[in-house]
Amino acid sequence: MTTTIFTDARIVDPSRGLDEVGTVVVGNGIIQAAGASARNQGIPEGAQVVEARGKTVMPGLVDARVFIGEPGAEHRETIASAGLAAAAGGVTSLIMMPDTDPVIDDVALVEFVLRAARDHAAVNIHPSAAMTRGLLGAEMTEFGLLQEAGAVAFTDGRRSVTDNAVLRRAMTYARDFGAVIALETNDPALGGGVMNEGLYASWLGLPGVPREAEIIPLERDLRLARLTRAKYHAAKISTAVSADVVARAKNDGASVTAGTAIHSLALNEHDVGEYRTFFRLAPPLRAEEDRLSMVEALKDGSIDIIVSSHDPQDVDTKRLPFADAAVGAVGLETLLAVALRLHHNGEVPLLRLVDTLSTAPARIFGLQAGSLAPGAPADLILVDLDHPWVVTEADLVSRSKNTCFEGARLQGKVLQTMVGGRTVFEI
Amino acid sequence: MSEPSIFPPYPHRHLLGIQNLSPVDLNLLLDRADAAVALSRQPEKKTSTLRGRTQINLFYEASTRTQSSFELAGKRLGADVMNMSVASSSVKKGETLIDTAMTLNAMRPDILIIRHAMAGAAALLAQKVGCSVVNAGDGAHEHPTQALLDALTIRRAKGDLSRLTIAICGDVLHSRVARSNILLLNTLGARVRVIAPSTLLPTGIHEMSVEVFNRMEEGLRGVDVVMMLRLQRERMAGAFVPSVREYFHLFGLDTRKLALAKEGALVMHPGPMNRGVEIASEIADGPQSVIQEQVEMGVAVRMAVMEALLDPRKSGGRA
Repeated sequence: MTTTIFTDARIVDPSRGLDEVGTVVVGNGIIQAAGASARNQGIPEGAQVVEARGKTVMPGLVDARVFIGEPGAEHRETIASAGLAAAAGGVTSLIMMPDTDPVIDDVALVEFVLRAARDHAAVNIHPSAAMTRGLLGAEMTEFGLLQEAGAVAFTDGRRSVTDNAVLRRAMTYARDFGAVIALETNDPALGGGVMNEGLYASWLGLPGVPREAEIIPLERDLRLARLTRAKYHAAKISTAVSADVVARAKNDGASVTAGTAIHSLALNEHDVGEYRTFFRLAPPLRAEEDRLSMVEALKDGSIDIIVSSHDPQDVDTKRLPFADAAVGAVGLETLLAVALRLHHNGEVPLLRLVDTLSTAPARIFGLQAGSLAPGAPADLILVDLDHPWVVTEADLVSRSKNTCFEGARLQGKVLQTMVGGRTVFEI
Repeated sequence: MSEPSIFPPYPHRHLLGIQNLSPVDLNLLLDRADAAVALSRQPEKKTSTLRGRTQINLFYEASTRTQSSFELAGKRLGADVMNMSVASSSVKKGETLIDTAMTLNAMRPDILIIRHAMAGAAALLAQKVGCSVVNAGDGAHEHPTQALLDALTIRRAKGDLSRLTIAICGDVLHSRVARSNILLLNTLGARVRVIAPSTLLPTGIHEMSVEVFNRMEEGLRGVDVVMMLRLQRERMAGAFVPSVREYFHLFGLDTRKLALAKEGALVMHPGPMNRGVEIASEIADGPQSVIQEQVEMGVAVRMAVMEALLDPRKSGGRA
């Protein structure tokens, strides 16, 4: 494999707390050197040199919550098409949710995903497995065998567990394997509405989802995580209280982490506008105060990671009255640029932002990723942080087009994506 | 054995559990059991130690092994043995445990053997009747004769228990056998390990004077004895462990895992076994297995217990 050298790049590597101008040397699929001092290494014969002055090199993003339609709904997204969308968005590793048909709750399905990913995907795709069989919330799956097969986390995907005894045992069992239980928290009865509960929902005449529908099961989960000493990840929190209770659990020494969807950092309930179904999300878009508190929690570390929660839905399931429409939005291709808003408007420092998008998720889920340290796999992206662009459906690589950012003006574009030293996307 | 006993008198009236028994008590019972083994291996197996005494087996849970073992033990000692099985008794008609006990008590038995699904049932019975009571298993609490027969099996094969490390593997949470064994083995100075997924360990296991392991590969290293526990079918499918397949893979005793134990380590199982769940057939039937010896020791231990409790040097069978 040829050696590639990025010269005069701004290098942002949260795994080493590094943000400096220097040289990145990639060879044999791994990072050979990255930093200011790497300049002095000279250029080996036959090396490909990328002049990166004014550009930024950072570890490829690690997206810990991605829904893919394969197997069962390939018309929405395949493992291959998700891989291409990820590469275009600068995501070099992603964790795939088990909400497929059939559900990924068996070793054979984990093996299927890994095989399909190896043969067809441009980026690293890691399956997570269902925590309970069929995502039904009753019987736990074979954590030991699934983990050996390559499942990196256990989750019931879009579903919340309601049986406390089931959850307690699953966490207890998971602890023996050091496995992460990653859950969304929405009480299905209390949270049975379709958008954030409040004045706006009331005027629209839509049933609301109160914040408590997220907070109550979250607090339950955190208590059980303390009791069982399991590794617990709150997958998508969206309220200020959620961030507080996570922070408190961390202070108590529990092995807990939290993520938030990019939507919760970028949008609010008013974006729903006149029943725009692409903005029907879970958790729902909250009020502006909630969004601001999510940004604050990201800065102070209560929230560890940002996920795209990429959830491809076809037009037919979105072109329905709001309350009947499918939930979710695609996000792999816009994750970085939307997150960079927080950098451009001075809300979150770039190093911290890249940490939450890459280094921290890799650490939480035990992936070999999220670092430009010498010896790390050469999963990296070359980014023009300032490049302005407008999102258009037509330009999206993903097989589904249900983006919340159609027509949005974003700043920051991925110019090149490398996975294991191989370029998988380039402008 | 009808001549004056060579054994010192046993100080307790009931055998409700291993808890509160001293090393002296336990060794006395084991020594008596050794003698009973010798007797049971003669062509003429019957003595008259308990001639004229009445033994009632009151089994609220089906148990072929334990019930027949107690029955045979009583008969070898010359007692009159009556089996009350719940399926055909007034218990079916809704009689409470205490009412049944009072009725049986009025028939003036000398010893009651009880097996019940509820922890504490044997102790409750002992408060209400005028005879000796032997706990043949109460819920997930204790099964003292099982622990004694396990200890006897180990002692006869390996000698002094205080030099041994013993691993108890599997469903400790629901196991009365495990609780009685942990108590007994610790009292006799053995080093006790438990190996199980955390879902099958009781709260507070770390304070039960055992070393706790979640991996067979770690816990079996260098042990002298491997005690397997039965995993009930209803606990296999997703409730406490996800599947039989995963359980056997991680916690089933097979050749590979057993090789980590000391050479010649004993393999034990209280029965009935689930082959291919907690134990592989080639291990259960292999040279290291003492599972059949355990059954033989069971009869001897129960003879020893009943003789000791009904020792004529004490005030007699009934108060």
